[in-house]
Amino acid sequence: MKFTGLGGRLYRGETSLEIIANRKKWYLLSTVFILLSMFALGFKGVELSIEFKGGSSFTVTTSTGSIDQAKAAVERSGYEGELRAQTIGENKIRIQTGVIEQSLSNDIQDSLAAEFGVTVESIDTQNVGPSWGEEISRKALQGLIAFLVIIMIYLALAFEPKMAIAAIVALIHDVFITVGIYALVGFEVSPSTVIGFLTILGYSLYDTVVVFDKVRENTRAITATGRYTYGQATNLAVNQTIVRSLNTSLIALLPVAAILFVGAGILGAGTLKDLSLALFIGLIAGTYSSIFIAAPVLVQLREREPAIKALNQRVLARGGGSATPSQRIQNRRDKRKKRS
Amino acid sequence: MSYGTSQRTSGDAKKARPGRTLFVTLLLTAILGGVALSLGATSINLGLDLRGGTSVTLQPRIQDGDTGQVTPEAINQAVSIIRQRVDSLGVAESEVTAEGTGTNRQIVIAVPGETGRRIVDLVGQTAELRFRQVLVEAGSVPTPNDSELLAGLNLSSDEEARFLALDCTSFDSNAVVDKPDSVLVSCDRNSFSRYLLAPAVVVGRDVRGATAAIDPQSASGWFVSLDFNGDGTKKFGQLTQDVVNLPAPQNQVAIVLDGVVVSAPRINEAILGGQAQITGSFSQLEAQDLANVLKYGSLPLAFDRGEVQQVSPTLGSDQLEAGLLAGGLGLLLVVIYSILYYRALSIVVIGSLALAAAHVLLSLALLTEAVGYTLTLAGIAGTILAIGVTADSFIVYFERIKDELREGKPLRVAVETGWQRARRTIVVADLVGGISAIVLYIVSVGSVRGFAFTLGLTTIIDLIIIFYFTKPLVSLIAKSRYFQVGSKYSGVSSRSVGTLREDESGEVKS
Repeated sequence: MKFTGLGGRLYRGETSLEIIANRKKWYLLSTVFILLSMFALGFKGVELSIEFKGGSSFTVTTSTGSIDQAKAAVERSGYEGELRAQTIGENKIRIQTGVIEQSLSNDIQDSLAAEFGVTVESIDTQNVGPSWGEEISRKALQGLIAFLVIIMIYLALAFEPKMAIAAIVALIHDVFITVGIYALVGFEVSPSTVIGFLTILGYSLYDTVVVFDKVRENTRAITATGRYTYGQATNLAVNQTIVRSLNTSLIALLPVAAILFVGAGILGAGTLKDLSLALFIGLIAGTYSSIFIAAPVLVQLREREPAIKALNQRVLARGGGSATPSQRIQNRRDKRKKRS
Repeated sequence: MSYGTSQRTSGDAKKARPGRTLFVTLLLTAILGGVALSLGATSINLGLDLRGGTSVTLQPRIQDGDTGQVTPEAINQAVSIIRQRVDSLGVAESEVTAEGTGTNRQIVIAVPGETGRRIVDLVGQTAELRFRQVLVEAGSVPTPNDSELLAGLNLSSDEEARFLALDCTSFDSNAVVDKPDSVLVSCDRNSFSRYLLAPAVVVGRDVRGATAAIDPQSASGWFVSLDFNGDGTKKFGQLTQDVVNLPAPQNQVAIVLDGVVVSAPRINEAILGGQAQITGSFSQLEAQDLANVLKYGSLPLAFDRGEVQQVSPTLGSDQLEAGLLAGGLGLLLVVIYSILYYRALSIVVIGSLALAAAHVLLSLALLTEAVGYTLTLAGIAGTILAIGVTADSFIVYFERIKDELREGKPLRVAVETGWQRARRTIVVADLVGGISAIVLYIVSVGSVRGFAFTLGLTTIIDLIIIFYFTKPLVSLIAKSRYFQVGSKYSGVSSRSVGTLREDESGEVKS
């Protein structure tokens, strides 16, 4: 129950996590991660699935067969070239080839069926043409750009333009981190991954929206009251919403974890695993960035405004902002009590 | 307005009647269920990845050596040609659809069951348009006198045998051997007549264009005017000159697309100028259809096999099971979490999730019935993910209530003022989710589209549920004494909310 108690203390400002003041630390951390990502991306690149690079995949269900058997069967059919084979789940073997003609695909099916004593129809087959990947890559890129533009306009209208910029910065941060992890670990990127990935962008924004909503509320009359600097007010907002952010992220992670567990553990591969893995990684990055990147960036952007600059100078000159918010609230409550 | 205290609207003036709202919501859900039942919308179509089958995605393109553009009309024509091919296989529930927008569309063929290879071979070929002189035209069913029709035509025995065996009532257009330089034995599209046709002299590429038009002056009504290019003009002129004076049916020229006779008009005069008119008792639709066939023939599309997927029924049922298991597990985890965190308040979470699940299932069943919606594995993943979205909305609301309680408000007030402020956040967040779902839907290809669709659908359902079920339910239970006094397991106890300070209570240590 300490956690919930923490929520109350954070809300009242008795316990304050200095998120904004320490922004340079978070920026440094993220920069390191992003550089690492770009490094990995530059040197290793991401492992693309056959949907992107073209090729064929055959999955045979067999409890006794071996990978070598499968490879031999494929080679017997006359296929020459890149060949990858792996076991999937408990009783499946998957073989991947480069781009092949439909007729050769049929031959490989026949050869595998004969080798493992199964019917041709029981072999799960996927053939992807060489130009297919370009098509879906193009669409994914279009989607990403369309998404960013629409969201930016929407956030600028629903919130403040600078909030939109900060949210997008956090989003791009998430994109880099997630892609970097894929490059580093060597997870395969399929169209499902891309879709999962685009979904993350929505999620990441969800978190940011929750935080910014509170920021806006806390800073609405900030120049009039002159009690806090913009940074302090934002920091309190982040503190007040941090339990909520962690909660929403955690609860969103639960179903994703369930899909990942079933997709990777039971099916071994495919849509479910690809989708949920991207979601899993992206959700964590998104939660981090909405707290540690989006809010600090917003503060930096706003602090350039003359009005906010003047406010900050005024507050600091008066020695304000040194008292914790909770003390101020308490003072105010006391005053109110006296009045009534 | 001072910082730290909240800006609050002093409650809506209108009397909130949470009980009534709840009742209406449940009643409407029941009515929706009744409607679904009475329409027979009791099941959800499963995609091929959930029950096994073959799907082929074709990318239409202009054939090598041709110039021109892939037009939407050409794609529609290609879809109908492929549909004809697939339908002739006689597999129930086969689907041929065009996906994507404008000229950049794909044709998706989905056939359930174990027909894999035949489908793949069948759909990828380019459909050709040819003009062939009619040699024999006869009724749909073979008769004993058929061999007399073939007298004097100098056919090979194989060609004769094929015609004699032809029965248009059990016609398989895929079995037709359609080679331009040999005789063709086939039926018309409606399977009314059997045809024996001469080798093709004029082909689709000789056509420059075709349009359907109406002649208000004459009684003939709708007609199709046909325009040949230079080469075509010569060849068609020669053909019409050759046949115009022959006895019927040999004075007819059949228009054959993809091995099937579309039309077999009689030639009334030698057409030397490269412009022909096809008249008949056409309806507007028929005339336009014929014009489209001719236009398509002038620039036949070739197809690249973008993706071919053959899913065995075993994998299909495995994936379905896995999807359902993941859904159940996800739901269970969220319920456990909310019980641990929100205690008795989790009744609201569980109730809302259950109602949301019912709405999702109902919507999918209704969509299946109404527009032939198909649920794919990615679609299931979308609904599972939505559990998180829905739960997020509760957390935003509940945490807001706690905020209000921390401000020292009584529960009944906190529930209302908290809602005022949570509502906005929830709507904005759901809109962001909705926008992303729409964008995903537009840009995604194939089965992953289903993900975006269910994600969008459930986002809408989430909004409805939280406004018309969750909120009134919370208002209702906020009236109960159990929650008002902040009982230990109510989820709004002073410990849960954190209004107790550590120094005030020794209990709140661990």
